[in-house]
Amino acid sequence: MATEETPMTRRKPIATGSDWNFETLERYEQAIAELAREYRLDTYPNQIEIITSEQMMDAYASVGMPVGYHHWSFGKQFLSVEQAYRRGQMGLAYELVINSDPCIAYLMEENSLMMQVLVIAHACYGHNSFFKGNYLFQTWTDASAIVDYLVFARKYVAQCEERHGVEAVEQLLDACHALQNYGVDRYKRPSPISAEAEARRQEEREAYLQTQVNTLWSTIPERAAPLADSLLLDSENDPLGLHRHGRYPSEPQENLLYFLEKNAPLLEPWQREIVRIVRKLAQYFYPQRQTQVMNEGWATFWHYTLMNRLYDDGLIDEGIMLEFLQSHTSVVSQPDYDSPYFGGINPYALGFAMFSDIQRICQAPTDEDREWFPEIAGSDWLDTLHFAMHNFKDESFIQQFLSPKVIRDLKLFSLVDDDRDDSLQIEAIHDDRGYRRIREALSVQYALSAREPNIQVWEADIRGDRSLTLRHVQDRRRPLGQSLFPVLRHLHQLWGFPVKLESIENGDTVRRYQWPIPEAGRESA
Amino acid sequence: MSYFIDRRPNARNKSAVNRQRFLKRYRAHIKRAVEESVNRRSITDMERGEKVSIPSRDISEPSFQHGPGGRRTIVSPGNKQFAEGDRLRRPSGGAGGGGSGEGQASNQGEGVDEFVFTLSREEFLDFVFDGLALPHLERKQLRVLEETRPVRAGISKEGVPARINIVRSMREAQARRIGMRAPLKRALREAQEALAAEERQDPVLRNPARIDELKSEIARLEKRIAAIPFLDTYDLRYNHLTHQPMPSNQAVMFCVMDVSGSMTQAHKDIGKRFFLLLYLFLERNYEKVELVFVRHHTVAKEVDEEEFFYSRETGGTIVSSALTLVDRIIEARYSPEQWNLYVAQASDGDNWDDDSATCLKLLDESLMAKLQYFTYVEITPHAHQALWDAYATIKTAYPERFAMEQIVQAEDIYPVFRELFRQRAES
Repeated sequence: MATEETPMTRRKPIATGSDWNFETLERYEQAIAELAREYRLDTYPNQIEIITSEQMMDAYASVGMPVGYHHWSFGKQFLSVEQAYRRGQMGLAYELVINSDPCIAYLMEENSLMMQVLVIAHACYGHNSFFKGNYLFQTWTDASAIVDYLVFARKYVAQCEERHGVEAVEQLLDACHALQNYGVDRYKRPSPISAEAEARRQEEREAYLQTQVNTLWSTIPERAAPLADSLLLDSENDPLGLHRHGRYPSEPQENLLYFLEKNAPLLEPWQREIVRIVRKLAQYFYPQRQTQVMNEGWATFWHYTLMNRLYDDGLIDEGIMLEFLQSHTSVVSQPDYDSPYFGGINPYALGFAMFSDIQRICQAPTDEDREWFPEIAGSDWLDTLHFAMHNFKDESFIQQFLSPKVIRDLKLFSLVDDDRDDSLQIEAIHDDRGYRRIREALSVQYALSAREPNIQVWEADIRGDRSLTLRHVQDRRRPLGQSLFPVLRHLHQLWGFPVKLESIENGDTVRRYQWPIPEAGRESA
Repeated sequence: MSYFIDRRPNARNKSAVNRQRFLKRYRAHIKRAVEESVNRRSITDMERGEKVSIPSRDISEPSFQHGPGGRRTIVSPGNKQFAEGDRLRRPSGGAGGGGSGEGQASNQGEGVDEFVFTLSREEFLDFVFDGLALPHLERKQLRVLEETRPVRAGISKEGVPARINIVRSMREAQARRIGMRAPLKRALREAQEALAAEERQDPVLRNPARIDELKSEIARLEKRIAAIPFLDTYDLRYNHLTHQPMPSNQAVMFCVMDVSGSMTQAHKDIGKRFFLLLYLFLERNYEKVELVFVRHHTVAKEVDEEEFFYSRETGGTIVSSALTLVDRIIEARYSPEQWNLYVAQASDGDNWDDDSATCLKLLDESLMAKLQYFTYVEITPHAHQALWDAYATIKTAYPERFAMEQIVQAEDIYPVFRELFRQRAES
C-alpha cells in the first residue's frame, strides 16, 4: 500500500460490483479529486466523455485529436485499429486523454466500474497533471488553444479541398506528413497558437509571406553577409568573387517545414498555410514523443497510489481492488527480451518502476541509494516526485533517476550491434560495473536526437539551379533507411526544384543522394 | 473542477470519410486483391466480406529513418545468462521471416509486409460489381405491379385479434373508465358527506330514514363504480393495414448445364463459378432469388444443387431437351408476370447434329419473349460447333438480352462475367 499516513476511518464503499452509472462516477471523481488535492496534483479542469467502443476507434484513428482534418492516412489507421480489435489482438486502450484545457478524457461505456475509476485516476489526474506541470508541455503546447486550432485547421483544409480539389490537398498533406517530424523548433519556444488570431492573421500572412518569398527570389539579390574566408572558394577559382555572398540560409535550419513554408519558391499561399498547419500540429505532439516513459509512469504511479488510498479509506471494496490489481499488473508487466510477447521496453513498466523507486529512495533509502542519490535520499517524497515530473524529459529523467535497483529488478543489459563485427557483444549488465553504462545507453535510447536521424537544411542555391541541399549528420555510421527516397520525392514536390541530401560523418561526406535521380545512376558514393 | 458528458448519442463513424478516402486512394490495389480472391476462392465464401491485404511498402507513409548498419547500442530487459563481454552470434534474417514464402502464407498475411484490413460485405461486393449493371431491371420493375405488400395505415376500430394495438386499446379503456366513473364518484362523495353531516348531528335530531336512504344510495353507487368494466369491446383498437402495390422484386435463375461425357469435372467447376457469380449478382439486385438447376445429356432433368454439380453422367447431348424443360417449368411455376427470369447455360459446345436448329426455334419462338436475360458460356479451347452458330443468330436477333462468351480456363471467368454484364450505355 502506498501511503504512510494513518488510514482515515473506513467509510462505506461508494459502490460495489461492476456496473456504473453517472452518479457513482461523479462521486468517485469527487473522492479522487479530494485525494489529488492532498497530493498536490495540479490539473486542468476535466471534461470526461463517455463514448462507445466504435467512437473510441474513431478517436484512436485521429491520433487522439478530438477534431481533425480529413486524410486517408487516418482511414488507414482506423482500418488497422478495427482489424486488430476485431481479431482480439488488442483490447482498445481503455483510456484516451487529450492535452487540452479543459482536459478531455474518454471513458468507454463497456468498461466496468473499476475501469472507469481507474481511468479517472490515471487520465484525469495522472496525465492531466503531467500535461499541466511538465516543462516541455508548458513550453511547447498551449492547452487552451489546441481544440480551437484544430477546428480552424479542419475548416481551412476543407475549404482548400473545395477550392483546389481533394486530390491536390491530399498530395500536399502527404508531402507534409512525410516531413512532420522535422517540423519542430527544438530549441526556440514557439508562439502560442489560437484559432481566432490564426484565422484573423491568416489572410495578412498570405500576402506578407508571398512578398517575403518574392524578395528572396528576386533576380537582383542583395548581398548577404560575407562568409568566413575558410568557407569560400579560393580566389583562384573564383577570381570575380561571384560566390563571395555566402550560403543561404546562413545557419543550418532544423525545422524543415518552417523553412519550406517561408522559402519554397513555388508554393501558393494556401499551400504554405497547410504546411504551417501540419507544422503546428507536429509541434503540439512534440513533447508527447519525448515524455512517453515519464508521462505513462507518472499516470500509472498515481492511479496505483490513488486506488490504494480509495481502498484504504474504504471507498472501494475488495472485489474492485482485486480486479484493479489484476489489471494494473498486466499494464506494468515487462516481458523479457526473449519472450514471444516482447515488444521493446514497456513505458508503463519502466516509468512506474522509476517513480515508485524514487518514492522508495525518499522514504526508505539504503546505503546504495545514499551513495547514488545523496540529494534525494531521505527527502520529502512528494516534493521530489513533483520536481522530477516538472523538470525532465525521458532522456534526462533516465539519466538522472534510473537507480541500480530498477536496473536489477528489470535485469537490464546493453548489447552492441556493430556491422563491422560479426558477433554481438554484451556491453554491460546489472552489476556494479554496468549500472552507469546501462543508464547512459538507455538514456540515449530515449533521446529523440538518437532515434531520428539528424537532418537539417544546409543550403538553398538561390542564385544557381535553385536546388535545396540537406545535410544528414551521420552518427556512428548509421545510414539512412530506404524510406529516404520517397521522402525526398515529397520534399521535391514541396520545394519544386532538385533536392540533394549529403550524409556527413566526422566532417567527411559519406554519401550523397539526389531527387530526381539523375539519369546516369542512382547515387554516387 | 470536472464534468461528465455523455457522448454516446453522438454520431458514430466519424472516420467514415477517412475510411472512404483510404479505399479510394488504394482502389487499384483493393480491386486487384478482390479480383484475385474472386478467381481463387470458393465463391460462397465471399458473402462474408473480405480480408484484403496490400503490401505495406505501397501504402507506407515514409519518413526519415535510420537504416540497418552502423553501430548501435540496445538496452533490453530480462537478462538471464549474459555476463559483460559475452559475444553472441548475430541472429540471421529480419523479423519473422520464417520458412515459407508460398502463396498460402500471403493469404494469412499477418506479417509485417502486409497491411491487412477487412472490407465490409457491402464494400467488397461493390468492388466485385464495380461498373456492372443489371440489364433492363428498370423496365421490368415498372411493368410488373401486380404484387402487393401490406403497409401500416393508422388505427381502426375493427380488425382481427392478432392486430390489436394494446397501447391504444388500454389508453381508450382508461379514458372511458375515467369518464364513466367521474359522475358516480361525485355523487358518492356528496352522499358520503351528507351522511357524515347527518351522523354528526345530535342523536335527537337525526333522521334515521334519511340515514338509511343515504346508506343504500352509497352502497348502490359503490356497486355501480365497481361494475364499470376494465376493458370493453369498444375500447379495442386495431392496427390497420392497407395493401400497396409494389414492383416485383424477385427473380429466378435457371442454371442449365451439359453433363454429358464430354464435360469433365474441370469444366463443371468453371461452370459452377460462373453460376455462383451470376447468383451473387442477382442476389444483390433482387430481394429474393430462386435457383432452378437443370442438367441434361440426351434428356434433361431438374435436380438439386449437389447433384447438379457433382454427380456423373455419360452419353450424348441434346440441348433442346433442357430448354424445353426450362420452358415447361416457367409455365408451371414462374409466371413471367411475377418473376424476373434469367437463364445461365454452360456447355462445352457439343450438341446432337440437327438439334441446334431446334434450340434456335425454341428460343426464338417461345423462351426469349419471357426472359430478362440469357447468358451462355462455352467452356472449350476448341473451335465452335453448330450450337454456337445457332446462338449467334439469336444474339443478333436479341442483342439486348442475349450474351455468349467462350471460356478456356478458370481465370477467364471474371472478365467474361464483366463482359456479359457490362454497364450498357442507354440506347
